[in-house]
Amino acid sequence: MKKPLFLFLLTASLAAGMTAAAAPAAQRAEPTLEQRVADLEAYVNNGSRGADTNTAVNSKLGSCDPKTNAFTPNPGPGPNAWQMISAALVLFMTLPGLTLFYGGLVRRKNVLSVMAQCLLLTGLVTILWYICGYSLVFHKGNSVLGNLGFAFFNHVDSSPNTDYSYWVSQNVFAIYQLMFAIITPALIIGAIAERMKFSAVFLFMTLWMFIVYFPQAHMVWGIDGLMNGVFNSDAKIHAIDFAGGTVVHMTSGWSALVLCLILGKRLGFGKENFSPHSMVLCMVGTGMLWVGWYGFNAGSAVASDVIAANAFTTTTLATAVASFVWPMAEWFFRGKPSVLGFCSGAVAGLVVITPACGFVTPGGAMLIGICAGLIPWFFCYKVKAWFGYDDALDTFGVHAVGGTIGALLTGILARNAANANLALNLKSFITDTPLQRLVIEQLKAIGITLALAIVGTTVIAYTVKAVMGLRPSEEVESIGLDLAEHEEEGYHG
Amino acid sequence: MKKIEAIIKPFKLEEVKDALSQIGIEGMTVSEVKGFGRQKGHTEIYRGSEYKVDFLPKIKIEIVLPDARVESAVKAIVSSAKTGKIGDGKVFVSDVEEIIRIRTEEKGDDAI
Repeated sequence: MKKPLFLFLLTASLAAGMTAAAAPAAQRAEPTLEQRVADLEAYVNNGSRGADTNTAVNSKLGSCDPKTNAFTPNPGPGPNAWQMISAALVLFMTLPGLTLFYGGLVRRKNVLSVMAQCLLLTGLVTILWYICGYSLVFHKGNSVLGNLGFAFFNHVDSSPNTDYSYWVSQNVFAIYQLMFAIITPALIIGAIAERMKFSAVFLFMTLWMFIVYFPQAHMVWGIDGLMNGVFNSDAKIHAIDFAGGTVVHMTSGWSALVLCLILGKRLGFGKENFSPHSMVLCMVGTGMLWVGWYGFNAGSAVASDVIAANAFTTTTLATAVASFVWPMAEWFFRGKPSVLGFCSGAVAGLVVITPACGFVTPGGAMLIGICAGLIPWFFCYKVKAWFGYDDALDTFGVHAVGGTIGALLTGILARNAANANLALNLKSFITDTPLQRLVIEQLKAIGITLALAIVGTTVIAYTVKAVMGLRPSEEVESIGLDLAEHEEEGYHG
Repeated sequence: MKKIEAIIKPFKLEEVKDALSQIGIEGMTVSEVKGFGRQKGHTEIYRGSEYKVDFLPKIKIEIVLPDARVESAVKAIVSSAKTGKIGDGKVFVSDVEEIIRIRTEEKGDDAI
């Protein structure tokens, strides 16, 4: 019964597709030698082939369907190579970078629970991304969410989607962006470590992807997104976010704060010793995060072009400066520079430069590094103690605070000299002065991101609490999540 | 027969072992232990969180000797383990009733 119906629907939709595509079109002319050279130049300069924009001409760097006259661009080997490496680097940030960074900071009885949660998200988010996540973020739709044209990776093949890149295969682009969707919820785990049920993490994160991440990513990066100031000329808010200051760090950081407040403090908070069980693992993880972040930041150019080169440079400068400033602040105010201080400074530097890396000059990056070393440090040392919330591994202090000041500093420090794309739609907003109009647009984007993360997380957290509860029993929490929830131990003997 | 138990700073173990071998003491049992005396613990700071760690790592050396050799052994331990600072540790000397070597079943001083 079901099968014939399905076949009928399939045939009907195919027929509908063919009639739509079979509209009469003039045959594309074969490119002249000059046009072919221009296509090669476009490849080197990361521009568009003639055939990408001109329906009258064909290109040797792609293929034309003789019936429909539709042009299918080929990917370029260079950009594809860089993007695949970048995707692997961003995965490396989560597995094992973040798992070691976080895993080292918890007590030994909970080290595997952090790892299990990161591994869960890698598989879970990949499945959601394939089903509809990629489509909701990167297909055209309305300004808040894409539609389902790319659901189940339909039409997502090795040919580039020229909305996002002329030379990177769309399937590579989709996998690259998947890695961002994996690490973002994984960052939240830091705030709720050692005290949330695995099943509750599962349900919370699934809902969170749909309610917070997919809309936020579409609004900022979708070609018709509400806040995509760089590429969407119709954007209501002319904000910019190069590699995810709002999409990744603000959403995860502010959601982490809300969730850790609703969840409550760990048993024995303030009385027992919660010191990290292995600063060595934490440091190893930090190094991997830093290395992987080059794929995250420079890879966000979706080309190995001049913008990627600048992002690579600014990322290095800001991170190195912050990793220096944070422990110096500790040394000055607390008497000793700590390894956790060096590590935290590096991560804070990476977070703060993330939205800015492709839009600022090296000088701007140095300034960002100093702010990244001092402001998150102040939040982790002072503000957390004043308010007494149990943000176990400082997801709020580093990612929410870092992401927010990063978004703001991007508004202040974005310069036309750093990125020619800024002139496309933002001429009147970026005047190369600290009080350019872009700052107001960035504040609007910060406001929307904050509202989405806080309201979304509050609703999801109370829903999950009502359905299954958030916390394990006190007994489970004191035994440790590794044994109780996974029946394994991180270390024997 | 007496048993000497010495709690010392971990970094002094090599010096103490050398001092004991120099006076001909051939065997000892060493364990990693934790504890505190007047020295108390120390503070660890991880970002904003401060933790007081009461128990400090120490090394415990156990040796059993015939009565006649106890004084020189204690002297060797004390002089080699001393830094003069608080936390150098302690030496305990107590009587041992019986010793049996498992392989040969020898008893008493012969088993040492």
